[in-house]
Amino acid sequence: MKRRLTEEDRTALAAIVGPERALFGASISEDYAHDEMERVRSFPEALLRANSAEEVAKILAYCNAERIPVVPRGAGTGLVGGAVAVQGGVMLDLTSMNRIRALDAENMTVTVEPGVLLMELAAYVEARGFLYPPDPGEKTATIGGNISTNAGGMRAVKYGVTRDYVLSLTVVLADGTIETFGAQTVKNSSGYSIKDLLVGSEGTLGVIVSATLRLIPKPQACISMLAGFASFSDAIAAVPKLIGSGTEPTAVEFLTRRVIELTEEYLGRPFPRFEGDAALLFTFDGSEEAEVEKRMERAAELCLKEGAIDCYFVDTDERTDAVWKARGAFLEAIKASAGQMDEGDVVVPRAEITAFVERLAAISAESGLRVEYFGHAGDGNLHVYFCRDGLAESEWDARLSRAFDALYAHAAELGGTVSGEHGIGYAKQQALRARIGAGQMALMRRIKQAFDPNGILNPDKICYETEVLP
Amino acid sequence: MRIIVCIKQVPGTNNVLLDPETGTMLRSSAKGKLNPFDLFAIEQALALRACFGGSVTALAMGPAQAESSLREALYMGADKAYLLCDRALIGSDVLATSHALSQAILRIGMPDLILCGKQTTDGDTAQVGPEIAEMLGIAHVANVTQIEAHSGGALHVTAALEGCDCQYRLEPPFLACMEKDANTPRLPSYRRKKEMEAQSVQLLPLSNLMDADPAHYGMQGSPTRVVRVFAPEHKETRRFLEGSAQAMAEAMLGILKEEKIV
Repeated sequence: MKRRLTEEDRTALAAIVGPERALFGASISEDYAHDEMERVRSFPEALLRANSAEEVAKILAYCNAERIPVVPRGAGTGLVGGAVAVQGGVMLDLTSMNRIRALDAENMTVTVEPGVLLMELAAYVEARGFLYPPDPGEKTATIGGNISTNAGGMRAVKYGVTRDYVLSLTVVLADGTIETFGAQTVKNSSGYSIKDLLVGSEGTLGVIVSATLRLIPKPQACISMLAGFASFSDAIAAVPKLIGSGTEPTAVEFLTRRVIELTEEYLGRPFPRFEGDAALLFTFDGSEEAEVEKRMERAAELCLKEGAIDCYFVDTDERTDAVWKARGAFLEAIKASAGQMDEGDVVVPRAEITAFVERLAAISAESGLRVEYFGHAGDGNLHVYFCRDGLAESEWDARLSRAFDALYAHAAELGGTVSGEHGIGYAKQQALRARIGAGQMALMRRIKQAFDPNGILNPDKICYETEVLP
Repeated sequence: MRIIVCIKQVPGTNNVLLDPETGTMLRSSAKGKLNPFDLFAIEQALALRACFGGSVTALAMGPAQAESSLREALYMGADKAYLLCDRALIGSDVLATSHALSQAILRIGMPDLILCGKQTTDGDTAQVGPEIAEMLGIAHVANVTQIEAHSGGALHVTAALEGCDCQYRLEPPFLACMEKDANTPRLPSYRRKKEMEAQSVQLLPLSNLMDADPAHYGMQGSPTRVVRVFAPEHKETRRFLEGSAQAMAEAMLGILKEEKIV
């Protein structure tokens, strides 16, 4: 279906949004040729900054009739090449649709446009006594992007992921019609849940122009605790017991001494001392401080019983800052040590994390690439980084491909899957096929076909496996 | 090496209510926390104890609820804790506070080293530490970033002054005020908390001090008269620049220079 934009297309598209918000060819910044996974690169032919659902509808109606690919894009913070115009065409920049429409305090919902940033949403609802629980690390991502990838984050252990908080979505379909899926209700058993299908569909089925999200009352107290263990496996072994203990941790992260040392070097600042080679970092929240402290101490007691050397309280702004700032810098610290790296976001059943990490050592040895990792012990989602460390391009590509194949194969053997929270995008389609098989991939394509018969919406993503880029 | 660390409980947040009549802080309006600057002093004391042996004693002056901050010092690793607590101390200014703390230190027993945080986050005077040292007639150094062993029982002290580091060789006893971020303070330990459950924080009333004359403490002993206390106005100003990109960039640079930001 690929065809180049003509002068006529450019005129028609510019007329929809106005010349100020329509960029073509060389006037499009290089930033729009990739997301944060910089290896997938391709320029769109047009960049249109839509400002309303009506504009989005007109753009899609035109592009559908003319068979022009359309790639919706938020802040471009994705990690799988999802918002890259691999077939050229139109990139639909939704970041200026960033209005918070309404906060319904009685129904505890907020209705937002897709370009609202996660940090803006958090600040807005928290100032009004509410919490939007999903908290992916990338706070400058848009909520539209979060919904499109079903983003997770650290609080998933207690609160779940983005999909659990999307009540309804207003979406422009490929032909330009506007539909609202789901409802602003707590319960809904009304036919196929297309709303849930749209969450995580990475812009391949429709363009989200408005979302109503569920909120909860903002917890009044939130404290963290660090538990030091002699080894990584000791730390991970304690996790299922902690999760099942009724102490209700909001987050359970694991930290290895190795990544902490890289971070200390990167930040030029020592991490608070703890005994052991690995640690679990918990947070607990609730409506009353005394009750939260009680749960934290029960968890501390349980950690000691499960072999922790000691537990430490992270209970003031300064301590929270010292510990969580370091946790927040892990990714950058590994990046700084590696020059270039590529990331896997595999997820395995919680109880299999140790087995999986043991296999990482083998993958590293076999592929000849240094591997670093950290992640969410509470939900089995590991962030695994393969480091380039100055390797020549061809060697790096070859080793990386071997390493990723092995990574996904091992995750699958342990009952895990390709992506916990980043999505499939362009880069992980082969891995997805290897995991779910050709039959399920074909079923996904039939769903895609039903939504987008002309295949204009974010083509070649999720379930196509076509290698359109060199 | 015997070390006394002077600590203070300060309001847990910046949103503190003031008594509109007296202008004094309503301490009960905010949950207290250990003064963040004091954490660096406690960490330095524990590091020196690990190096030389000896003991670390935490000392605070304040109301009964300040005990929780002393307990925090115990959970971080301090061996003992004293709370100087007496109604007669209410309203003490920096002079009366320094006198009271120096008296408490003499009562506990003169140590080899006294450590303080550089300042507190509520009073922000940074005067109490040096004044304690003056009252005890010992040397003192402020803005200290490092204390290490030196030959012959002396200590090597580094202080960060504006634009340069100063190195001192000091014989104990002396007092040092620790600079912010001089180290990474350790976190309070749960094991330590369990071990310390039976340990009580020792109360020091005024009557236990050598100078027990109430006229030297509290409002009476404080020459400072606070004329007025008021909450700072939170002012956000916003200016819009217009013109070409070049003109706006130049105007912005002018403003940044004017405000001494660049």
